[in-house]
Amino acid sequence: MTTYILRRIVQSFVVVIFVTVMVFLVMRLLPGDPVLMLVTSGELQEFTQEQIDALREELGLTNPLYIQYVDWLRKAVSGDLGKSLLHRYDIAEEIKRRLPVSLHLGAFSFIIGITVGSLLGAISALRRGKWVDMLVTVAANIGITAPPFWLGILLIYILGLYLGWLPIYGYTSPFVDFGKSMLQSIMPIFCMSLFPIASTARLMRSSVIEVIQQDYIRTAWSKGLNEKIIVIRHVLKNALMPVVTMQGTVLRNIIGGSVVIETVFFVPGMGLLLTNSILAHDYTVVQGIILILALAVVFSNLVIDIIYGWLDPRIQYE
Amino acid sequence: MTMLLKVEDLKTEFKTERGIVKAVDGVSYDVNEGEIIGLVGESGCGKSVSQLSLLRLIPIPPGRIVDGRAFFEGEDLLCMKDEKIRSVRGRKIAMIFQEPMTSLNPALTICRQMTEMLELHLKMDLKTAKERSIELLEKVGIPDAKRRIYDYPHQFSGGMRQRVMVAMAISCNPKLIIADEPTTALDATIQAQLLELINQMVQQSHTAMVLVTHNLGVVARYAQRINVMYAGRIVEAGTVDEIWEQPAHPYTIGLLQSVPKLGAQAGKKLVPIQGLPPNLINLPPTCPFLPRCRYKSRECYREPWGELRHLGGRHYVRCHLDIRGEL
Ligand SMILES: Nc1ncnc2c1ncn2[C@@H]1O[C@H](COP(=O)(O)OP(=O)(O)O)[C@@H](O)[C@H]1O
Ligand SMILES: [Mg+2]
Repeated sequence: MTTYILRRIVQSFVVVIFVTVMVFLVMRLLPGDPVLMLVTSGELQEFTQEQIDALREELGLTNPLYIQYVDWLRKAVSGDLGKSLLHRYDIAEEIKRRLPVSLHLGAFSFIIGITVGSLLGAISALRRGKWVDMLVTVAANIGITAPPFWLGILLIYILGLYLGWLPIYGYTSPFVDFGKSMLQSIMPIFCMSLFPIASTARLMRSSVIEVIQQDYIRTAWSKGLNEKIIVIRHVLKNALMPVVTMQGTVLRNIIGGSVVIETVFFVPGMGLLLTNSILAHDYTVVQGIILILALAVVFSNLVIDIIYGWLDPRIQYE
Repeated sequence: MTMLLKVEDLKTEFKTERGIVKAVDGVSYDVNEGEIIGLVGESGCGKSVSQLSLLRLIPIPPGRIVDGRAFFEGEDLLCMKDEKIRSVRGRKIAMIFQEPMTSLNPALTICRQMTEMLELHLKMDLKTAKERSIELLEKVGIPDAKRRIYDYPHQFSGGMRQRVMVAMAISCNPKLIIADEPTTALDATIQAQLLELINQMVQQSHTAMVLVTHNLGVVARYAQRINVMYAGRIVEAGTVDEIWEQPAHPYTIGLLQSVPKLGAQAGKKLVPIQGLPPNLINLPPTCPFLPRCRYKSRECYREPWGELRHLGGRHYVRCHLDIRGEL
């Protein structure tokens, strides 16, 4: 088990390195130039070519790519993600401020996804063919296919602009103003948790249906146990195994979706910063954020694997 | 001898895409206290379904118990309230299933799977239930039971898992154990050991047992009476002696000829029954064994499949031919 985890950690680092290299290259291949963005934006308009070259030098953009990368990585390991090319703020500091915002919305969406999704899927399977089942099945199919940005805009229009029930943008920390925070986060969390709920429910439904047909469930009935114990003790743990495996995909979906949702609802999290920085060719910020996101994905996959190992005693980590 | 279970005219069907499968089509038999009854027949003839129906363990849908009564200690199992039948399952009637690899829950320890019955039916607390479970595991020959009780099913071999199933089945001192081909999936030597163990357990506690198998030899060794099933019905019933000495149904004769016997003349070959068992959807009105029967006459094609005929003693047969003992 320990060697397995160690090996997985090493693998994870390889993945993170790979992702950061890719981002490093892709950002530089995209058309556009951060220095020109800097120059054309406002007060620096009077720059001469020499001055621009000097600036390029100063920002370290003239070094060979691999040197730029190794430089960046060395600092990143010690916790220094550099400064924004455009706005000169400290990236690590900025991420530290924004991470809790994204984490708040993302973690809630994830938790709601796995609990509500599993519950709906299990109920649906146990009431197979009844109206609850049909409702859940139809809703899950809609939830899986509905694009989150479209849903977000629709909700903003109906609940925000038309009915005026909910604020249409912004974010407040729950520690600052709990009520306002709740109201502001309802729509973004709903949009972000819809796919997790729907996909978890659909998988849980088929998983429960499969489990209740197993011989060991018949054995459980033959012992005289009642339905409640059979479902809770004998069905759920087995049925959750594939569902837990799928949470890796769900998590990636939430992280990816948060970029879109934070932009739609103007939530000052990592996603919005990422969108803005990509559009502004702010290489260093994009690299910093992607590094953090990659670490989050890799780390949570590891956690998911460990939870799976606890659920399924047959798993052998060799 | 007091009667423990009396099954009358049990009929169970399955609705499938290809039609209605009459898996059990009018089965009647009884079991006395402490008695071992063998239920024999080829795979697919309805043995398991006939037993699962008693405890209402068939999946509904597609299954349905169409008709019949099953009196156990005077009460009909088939129309008991759910709560009542749950208090019979595991407590009064316990089952041992065929598939050792899939009949235990892979996600729970043996301990959890054993103690839950004791807690439920005998109202033991967890600690007492654990101690009792360890005793039971030792009794069925699990070495190092104190430690192994915390293992998961996949850590046991097939034979050991069936031993665990036996320990579970006897744990609440049931009146009747239904053993549905308990050894079919195991190696021959382990089969013999396990059958001995099961026999020893039921003898010790004077528990009645329905031993389902497709091996007449096994039944002859342990049972007092035999029911032979074919295509959802009992085609011959009687004591082991009656059936072993004077088999009256061509199918039983076929089964007997395919059992190896000790002390048989050298050179006497084992004869398999020709042909395949019938499809239980749209059975013909005539005897379903007819296409495979070595004794058939023209009359067989005209007559509908008959009722059980009494041959004296406890011997019954569902065949109009008189071929008793023509081995
Ligand atoms: N769940 C089910 N759905 C449809 N048909 C079934 C089901 N269970 C059993 N059957 C059918 O009932 C018949 C009897 O099966 P079974 O009692 O398991 O035979 P066996 O004598 O081998 O134990 C078989 O033809 C089988 O196809
Ligand atoms: Mg069977």
